[in-house]
Amino acid sequence: MSGSIHLRGSIQRRLIVQLLTGAALLATLMFLVVQSYARDLAGQSQDEILAASVTAILDSAAVRNGDLTVDIPYFAFSMLGNISEDRVFYSITRNGDFLTGYPDLPKPTAATDTSPRFRTDSYDGESIRMVTATRRMSISGQPDFIEVTVAQTRYGLRQQLAGISRTVAGFGLGFFAIAALFGILAAQSAIQPLRQLAGSVSRRGLSDLRPVSAPVPAEMEVLVGALNGFMGRLKASLSRSEDLIAEAAHRVRTPLTTVRTQAEITLRRVDKPENRQAVREMIRAIDESSRAAGQLLDHAMVSFRSDHLEVEEVEICRLTRDAVSRVVPMADLRDIELDVTIPKAAIYVKGDAILLQSALLNLLDNAIKYSPPDSRVYVHVRAVETGVEITVQDNGAGFPKADMGRLTRRFVRGSNTETVVGSGLGLTIVNEVARAHGGQLFLSNRSEEGGACARLFFPLA
Amino acid sequence: MRTIVLSIGLILLWWQLATPPVQAFEIEDHISVGPAEARQVLRVISNGDAEFFEPTIRDFLSTRPDVRVDYTVASSSELMVAMGREGHTVDLAISSATDLQTKLVNDGLSRNYSSSVTAQLPEWARWRDNLFAFTQEPAAIVLSRKALAGLPIPQSRQELIDLMREHPDRFQGKVGTYDLHTSGLGYLFATQDARTSETYWRLSEVMGAFGVKLYCCSSQMIDDVTSGELSVAYNVLGSYARAKGNLDEVIVMLPQDYTIIMMRTAFIPKTSKAPELAGMFIDHLIARGWEAAPGAVSVSEEDAWTGEAQALRRIRMGPGLLVYLDRLKKAAFLSEWSSAILQ
Repeated sequence: MSGSIHLRGSIQRRLIVQLLTGAALLATLMFLVVQSYARDLAGQSQDEILAASVTAILDSAAVRNGDLTVDIPYFAFSMLGNISEDRVFYSITRNGDFLTGYPDLPKPTAATDTSPRFRTDSYDGESIRMVTATRRMSISGQPDFIEVTVAQTRYGLRQQLAGISRTVAGFGLGFFAIAALFGILAAQSAIQPLRQLAGSVSRRGLSDLRPVSAPVPAEMEVLVGALNGFMGRLKASLSRSEDLIAEAAHRVRTPLTTVRTQAEITLRRVDKPENRQAVREMIRAIDESSRAAGQLLDHAMVSFRSDHLEVEEVEICRLTRDAVSRVVPMADLRDIELDVTIPKAAIYVKGDAILLQSALLNLLDNAIKYSPPDSRVYVHVRAVETGVEITVQDNGAGFPKADMGRLTRRFVRGSNTETVVGSGLGLTIVNEVARAHGGQLFLSNRSEEGGACARLFFPLA
Repeated sequence: MRTIVLSIGLILLWWQLATPPVQAFEIEDHISVGPAEARQVLRVISNGDAEFFEPTIRDFLSTRPDVRVDYTVASSSELMVAMGREGHTVDLAISSATDLQTKLVNDGLSRNYSSSVTAQLPEWARWRDNLFAFTQEPAAIVLSRKALAGLPIPQSRQELIDLMREHPDRFQGKVGTYDLHTSGLGYLFATQDARTSETYWRLSEVMGAFGVKLYCCSSQMIDDVTSGELSVAYNVLGSYARAKGNLDEVIVMLPQDYTIIMMRTAFIPKTSKAPELAGMFIDHLIARGWEAAPGAVSVSEEDAWTGEAQALRRIRMGPGLLVYLDRLKKAAFLSEWSSAILQ
């Protein structure tokens, strides 16, 4: 069936892909934002500590004995060593003349005011961050400009950033993993009502065309509405055709009775053997047609009642006895003995008594019909663990092995039944009754004695 | 005949060209350990006595038959000069002057090295994975038992000042310490003292008032305390004094107010031609190098002397050490020291 369905894409897969893409984008964005924020923050803290170092050195500049002295405090550099193992360079100039430090340090940007100036440059093959500040001193009335530059390599910063990047990448991956998990779960739960609907529809019996009544999400309203509408139309069309069949059968059967009676009368009047034979064949054909019409009516009845199953407590032992007593005349006619084993205790199943009776009658009818004259038909009712089992066995030819699987289909008859009148609907009826009651029909052949064995199972009430 | 003369001349000329250029720095000593024909040569420059380092070198070479170690001794300041010169190959620089070593590393003259051994080092014993400490040696006060007879042993700098003031007769002209102008180690100890406590300046003034004698090296100070020429020597390498001094004659005291701990360090110069071998030698020094400095303690003993000294101050490797090496700062410090101690 599914081979003829054209598939294009998958809602679930599309949902998952979209959710995962979103999660990946968000995780990447988070990574980039946090990383750039961390870079700013780390750079800022390096700038601050460098500025503090510069300020400490400038603060140590003093005029002593009429001359300028710069007494670099120990902590001005040791605090730089506290945060990282970066190399430190510095330079101190007075009015642009080099005083001490590293003379070849890159020149700082020109001063505009007294606030520290920051700059990223390279020195001795390494990227450095430089902070420079200028202070105006006054020595014996002459203005003096002391300029202090402290620079640090950015190795620690890079390491710190690498560490942060690793952590943030970990967070990003974790975020993505969680988002992905929820995305997959969300996609699955979104598709779940669809699966449930598909499951409940495909689990239905062949003739179950009731509308879907279980609550469905709003998004599926249209689909379920369409499905219900379609099933309604299908059901209407089916019941129309079944009505037609029943009506046709009914209309055919009534005149047939008249025809048969007339044929019987004619048979008594006719003397010529060849004419008698013709009339007998006529009667036989009428019987066959009449029976088929009856079975068709029966089947229509079974279909209808199965759809509108009226459930009541049915005592299966009494029901079986009734059915057996109804076939006794037919069995006597063919000298067939009915061997009936029914337990005394009552066994109840839930179901429609008329349908159950019809199923049993069909089984018994079949057994008697296909048994050779002067043989036995066994009827056996017994309670099993989960239900009740009614077995009907005969000494006939049995079911042909090749047909075993399809005997319950409509109008299918065994290949060895040509000589017996039949419509091909009996087992169909039995099977439909069994399924309508949640039971099952098992067909087999008796291995030792030969003959058919039909086992009908109903679950207990 | 002329060709032979020419050849000899050429050989001589080649010989002259092949020999290393005249050393641009002052060498104190030089030893070569290992086969002359060795395939690999490790050139070490150090301010540690060759006599003490030789066993360590031999130990290192015991598993390396094809290696020779050229060990050149120079003072810490000459070592600085040597490293600054172009065209002179050194594979490993070892010095007790932690500040100068730090500056060389800071100025980018060293190369990175790490191994499983260096990874085991405590944080304070390595810097930038360039500079590695392999000994711990405390700065001590060495006292003469004879001079102190009957007096309590001072436990701190302040107690030493008080004792000297109370008994000037026993200390006058018998006080010794490093000459900061000539000793890099003395300068390092003095600057660390000065930044730790003001007591150092008071002590310097008192020592100055008692006619302090200035020395270049710990060993001479220890000898003079042993002989009785000095009653007290300040900022002597305590480990060295314990190992080499006669403890019947001298008392080696770790000051209770604070004790400066010096660490011998090594780094591989950027120009090293045998960095891998130098790295192996660093690993060897970390494991066994403390044996090369008499009385020193291994860097793996983090709690050495804790029973003896209250406050250990390990000289912290890092940019802080650049401060006292600043030209102006050094000049100012030496001038202040001179005016305190040379009255």
